[in-house]
Amino acid sequence: MYRYDEFDAAYVKNRVKNFREQVNRRIDGSLTEDEFKPLRLMNGLYLQLHAYMLRVAIPYGTLNSRQMRTLAMIATKYDKGYGHLTTRQNIQYNWPALKDVPDILDDLADVEMHAIQTSGNCIRNVTADHFAGAAADEIEDPRPTAEIVRQWSTEHPEFLYLPRKFKVAVTGSPNDRAVTKAHDIGLRMLRNNAGEPGYEVIVGGGLGRSPFVGKVVRDFLPKADLLPYLEAILRVYNLQGRRDNKYKARIKILVHETGTDELRAMIEEEFAKMDGPSIALDPSEIERIENYFAPPQFSDLPAESVALSAAKAADAEFATWVDVNTDAHKQSGYTIVTVSAKAIGEAPGDLTTAQMNVIADLAEQYSHDELRISHEQNAILPHVKLDDLPAVHAALVEAGLATANANLISDIIACPGLDYCALATARSIPVAQDIQRRFSDPVRAKAIGEFKIKISGCINACGHHHVGHVGILGLEKAGIENYQITLGGDHTETTAIGDRAGPGFSFEQVGPAIERLVDAYISLRADESERFIDTYRRLGLEPFKAALYNEEKEAA
Amino acid sequence: MPLVTKQGFQPTPEITYVLVEEIGAANQASLAVSVPSDTDAAVLAPHLEKIALIGIDFPSFADGRGFSIALRLRRLGFEGELRARGYLISDQYPHAMACGFDTVEIDDEMAERQPYEQWKAATEKVLPPYRVKRAG
Ligand code: SF4
Repeated sequence: MYRYDEFDAAYVKNRVKNFREQVNRRIDGSLTEDEFKPLRLMNGLYLQLHAYMLRVAIPYGTLNSRQMRTLAMIATKYDKGYGHLTTRQNIQYNWPALKDVPDILDDLADVEMHAIQTSGNCIRNVTADHFAGAAADEIEDPRPTAEIVRQWSTEHPEFLYLPRKFKVAVTGSPNDRAVTKAHDIGLRMLRNNAGEPGYEVIVGGGLGRSPFVGKVVRDFLPKADLLPYLEAILRVYNLQGRRDNKYKARIKILVHETGTDELRAMIEEEFAKMDGPSIALDPSEIERIENYFAPPQFSDLPAESVALSAAKAADAEFATWVDVNTDAHKQSGYTIVTVSAKAIGEAPGDLTTAQMNVIADLAEQYSHDELRISHEQNAILPHVKLDDLPAVHAALVEAGLATANANLISDIIACPGLDYCALATARSIPVAQDIQRRFSDPVRAKAIGEFKIKISGCINACGHHHVGHVGILGLEKAGIENYQITLGGDHTETTAIGDRAGPGFSFEQVGPAIERLVDAYISLRADESERFIDTYRRLGLEPFKAALYNEEKEAA
Repeated sequence: MPLVTKQGFQPTPEITYVLVEEIGAANQASLAVSVPSDTDAAVLAPHLEKIALIGIDFPSFADGRGFSIALRLRRLGFEGELRARGYLISDQYPHAMACGFDTVEIDDEMAERQPYEQWKAATEKVLPPYRVKRAG
């Protein structure tokens, strides 16, 4: 894991001091409310429906047990005993008092954490594959790149007042778990024919009210050119992005209106004129950062664990959890554990103080002190010995964290929606809870297989509904919640925006409609290995649309 | 109109700016050119020799285009004075300097609300790590 050096530490500590001063300058009138707003947003502080909300960065989703315990402590000391994991690998606290915020930031700085640029029209905290450094399918660990981008983008003097927010995601695996094609910039690590490391650079993806799949502007960017090239993209965007309409201000609209080829030419022209060496990191500095992410000292273990096989044979519930919530690790005898923050009937992504502490303890004892937070709002123990799975599972069961639903129908992404968010037009958490209850039987859920439901409480799409196999968008019509359903979205390397099924549903109708959809899928799939998304691609919208609206027809 | 400089607030001397389109016709040796925030810096490239001062407009402190324009002008080799004009807040002063600006022209209301100490304090902030390493 990255460790702060003296410069990082001094900067983050001073940043808190500066924010305290800015709060005081707001109070004494030096700063107007309009002027204070972007400053507080760049320090993670939002004004929500009921109170302030503090969004804390978990850069590229990586943290250790000490940091997790601090997050737990903050939840107790300054909030109502829980935090909310977001689709951008952040944790949000919904109830801090304004006067406490500088103290919270100080506590975070003590454990090398911050809330810098988690909001505002600037380069936001960088996200990455949550299986980074562990996944069997990984070409290269994306975290050194993400850390380099984090450092470069932190208070970058040129790019703090962009037309709109700007999000960067990095994946080091061909199986994209970082949704790189739905980001302003997506970086896919790869090797060229000569075996040299570099990136495919994707620009202009985004969800929100006009969803776009990102376009490739560079097939292969040598590693050393990363920062100059990013700077070229950002400069073109800063100068050319629209500022007349905030709904048209993201780079995706610039790509769309300018055309990919033309924009690529503008970026390349800017890049060609850059003084690359003055921007790029020295190879020695890149190496220094990479060294922080060297794999932990793994033990030499056989690929099969006798203890695990025995435990699975003895306990069917445990066996299901292992099948569903673990993923292939690059190191023999190890696995990646997904700790579900989606217990049936709980708000997706919410963790209590006690749960955070349990996860921290497990990371320390069983996962080389490492943790990840996924954009799917779960926690990950990235380096667990197969032999230790029974012990890890037992502890998770105690803490209500052992729901065997990773990637299944109840592993729903949901934004805070009308329960917290000032922009919401509808509830999203209660919709998720209703669907979870309908599919709470783990045997049935496993039989349905991979099924990605994503819910947003308004058109801003923080719940990624466009790229859910089933997307649910909560709107408001004449004072009543109305839910639009999209089908066939995909958040992986084969990113697709879902198709709108038809007229919306009332709050009460959503659950039954999803049940009909699932029943139709079960009867239509070729066999059990054909996932919902595969069946959808084979058969198209029609049969599923018929199932969704079946009841309305009967009633008419 | 006060001018924020490294030495403190100073009264802004009377200056006649010309627009980019007027540069060709002007036959002075050291021009002051006023540049709106949607200007392509490249159009100034052939004239840089004749220009002593370029004033870049900031219609709003939330509009960061001027920072990129300044950097482009410096890259084109402009060595005269770069002045940010319009609406900037003291918190942005170090960012403006890092992008190549020398001075910031603000209005009286801003100068009163954010006295020079606030502008000076902003330049004394600790730089982020990547900047420190680039600078060192
Ligand atoms: S999608 Fe809308 S309701 Fe949900 S968190 Fe984002 S802005 Fe709020």
